[in-house]
Amino acid sequence: MISLAGRDILHSWGKFVLTGIGLGLLIGATLTMAGVYRGMVDDARVMLTNSGADIWVVQQDTQGPYAEASSIRDDVYRSLLGLPGVALAASVTYLTMQVRHGDTDSRTMVVGFEPGQPGEPGYLVAGRRLLRGHFEAIADVKTGFRLGERIRIRRHDYEVVGLTRRMVSSGGDPMVFIPLKDAQEAQFLKDNDAIISDRARTAANPALNHPGVPGLLDAVTAVQTINRSVNAVLVKVGAGNTAETVAREIRRWKHLQAYTREQMEEILVAKLIATSAKQIGMFLAILTIVSAAIVAFIIYTMTLGKIREIAVLKLIGTRNRTIAGMILQQAMGLGLIGFVVGKISATLWGPAFPKYVLLETGDAVRAFVIIMVVCALASTLAIRAALKVDPATAIGG
Amino acid sequence: MKSVLNRRSAFILAGIALLAVFVWVVARSGPLAPVRVTVTQVASVDLAPLLFGIGVVEARRSYLVGPTSAGRVRRVAVDVGEAVRAGQLLAEMDPVDLDQRLAATSAAANRAQSAVDTAAAQLADSVARRKVAAANARRYEELGRKGFVSSSVTEGKTQEMNSATAQFAAAEAALAGARQDRTRLDAERAGAQQQRSNLRLLAPAAGVVTARDAEPGSTVVAGQAVVRLVAADSLWLKLRLDQHRSAGLQVGLPAEIVLRSRPGQLLPGKVARIEMLGDSVTEERIAQVAFDTPPKDVSIGEMSEITLHPPGVKQALAVPGAAVRLHEGKTGVWLLAAGKPEFVPVRTGTSGADGRVQIIAGLKDGDVVIVYSEGELTEDSRIKVVSTLTGS
Repeated sequence: MISLAGRDILHSWGKFVLTGIGLGLLIGATLTMAGVYRGMVDDARVMLTNSGADIWVVQQDTQGPYAEASSIRDDVYRSLLGLPGVALAASVTYLTMQVRHGDTDSRTMVVGFEPGQPGEPGYLVAGRRLLRGHFEAIADVKTGFRLGERIRIRRHDYEVVGLTRRMVSSGGDPMVFIPLKDAQEAQFLKDNDAIISDRARTAANPALNHPGVPGLLDAVTAVQTINRSVNAVLVKVGAGNTAETVAREIRRWKHLQAYTREQMEEILVAKLIATSAKQIGMFLAILTIVSAAIVAFIIYTMTLGKIREIAVLKLIGTRNRTIAGMILQQAMGLGLIGFVVGKISATLWGPAFPKYVLLETGDAVRAFVIIMVVCALASTLAIRAALKVDPATAIGG
Repeated sequence: MKSVLNRRSAFILAGIALLAVFVWVVARSGPLAPVRVTVTQVASVDLAPLLFGIGVVEARRSYLVGPTSAGRVRRVAVDVGEAVRAGQLLAEMDPVDLDQRLAATSAAANRAQSAVDTAAAQLADSVARRKVAAANARRYEELGRKGFVSSSVTEGKTQEMNSATAQFAAAEAALAGARQDRTRLDAERAGAQQQRSNLRLLAPAAGVVTARDAEPGSTVVAGQAVVRLVAADSLWLKLRLDQHRSAGLQVGLPAEIVLRSRPGQLLPGKVARIEMLGDSVTEERIAQVAFDTPPKDVSIGEMSEITLHPPGVKQALAVPGAAVRLHEGKTGVWLLAAGKPEFVPVRTGTSGADGRVQIIAGLKDGDVVIVYSEGELTEDSRIKVVSTLTGS
């Protein structure tokens, strides 16, 4: 038995292939949109994974350090290290800012970390780790910084000594890692004008600048410029303890908020990126419906374009089943080509996006099923139209 | 018919090609894609570690010059930036009534001198009287013995002589008292002069004026600085080193100093002193670094970056620092064994300036370890070894 569908496709294969590719690009766009959504969620998760922590300790009654501002003293980690079940504890700071390099600046999240502790980038793709305690930086490759380049963060220049990859904030900004002490200064030290006007304000206050107490003003000024705060302490739990029990201990006795990995993920995914994720999700849903509709219409119009040939087939006594099979097979073939082209194109253009695009295999399988179902459904419409054709139209009726 | 066949085979070929691209794309990206890594061999190298810290230019000797008692500043003779020599007048305090008190004590001292003179004159007088009285007494005693005068007259003359002797003693005592009085008042005058000269604030050593904290007319309390000086030839750097990167710090270690005002210039120096007291709040150690030749026009308080080179380790097993990772709470490296990554815990030692880390235990010469990777590795990671990861 000859394949009617194959014959028909071969007959007008250029048209068929072009339609398939067009369809594929549309599917590719839909897959990319799904990838953008997944990438967003993955950015949030990967940040948690990269920090290497089991527990995030932040200021009481805040949901910091990512979703809310949090500020705790930088010696908190010492008291945490004394708790049972805590293997490692290290202070970190996070600050989203523009980092200058050359004549331009890039949006980055500046992370202050202690070398060899949680918060350090887990792997590098080039360069080395920090050796000096100051003025060296490790940057994500997405920042566009190169090894040896000097970048400016607030008042100091930093040399990029290492590059890493996939270290992004929940907002997708690439990270720049600098030593904790420098980061504290970058975050909390005011600019020179502010410092000078603060000093003048203090000097003008008679209570703080008493003529009978020499040295009081100097002491007050010195106190004002010191800020020994960090945003969070990352805690790694020792073997044999669960994160939740240790976190409960910290919440109860240290009067600090402690989040486990699950709670942090909940804060990030369900709260921090919820609105933008829903925005993308909404768009993805509409794009899926539109794509499905377009696939259906293309198959329907393709069938309608062959209505005369179908009439001829009917005239020569072809069975309805054969005709229906031909249309169904063609629709499925079109869907298959569309899916393959879509997947390839999405994979190829995905890395060019400024933010991470995560193409999940699960999404691809789901897309394949949806495409096939939509094609099948659309072909039923076309089959109905084809079966209703009067054979007489074949002879100009 | 033939064209249909050709077309068919072309179509099938195109399909196969498309499928091949698809398979390649799926295998190259997503969860099935291998993690690209770079590897290196563990080898013995010389490690030259470095210590790095922030220094601030300070003066080894600085002086706060101020009055020893509260008072008002009368004049300030020097200005900021002026070089002064030891003993030079810097400022003067208002003496209020001290000059008058000095005049009063001077007058009293002069009066005491007069009193001494008076007492001396009286002494001379009493000496003369005693001499006359003694002669008279002797003479009348002689006459009395011969019976020319009555014994009462003789006794009267003897009493006159005794009285004159007592007056002489009194005059002698008065002179000594007047002399002591004079000494006391002289001392008082010298004290007042001392106090007066104490109001003149003099430079304790040669130096440069760094601050003029009070202007004429302002009142300062005891110990408050009016003028601040530093010894300009005693500039050095206070170096702060992170405690966990301070091993190997010792006096005499050569240092490379980069001042913030001249970032391109390496100034040589040496660790001059290591302080026993560290900073427990900032977790830093403090050391002083001296310039080999102090640069000109350096300002106190200027920030600098200081690199020290402690003695290195010869021929130590080492891997690049990027290879050492934290995995499940353990420090170790990913060993490439039979094409699969295997995590081996290691003990690390010194870090070299080039980023290499000494391996004390856990690896042997010739082991192949993973240095860079595109992502976190696990035991089941599929990996692909490439020569470099950047530029992709």
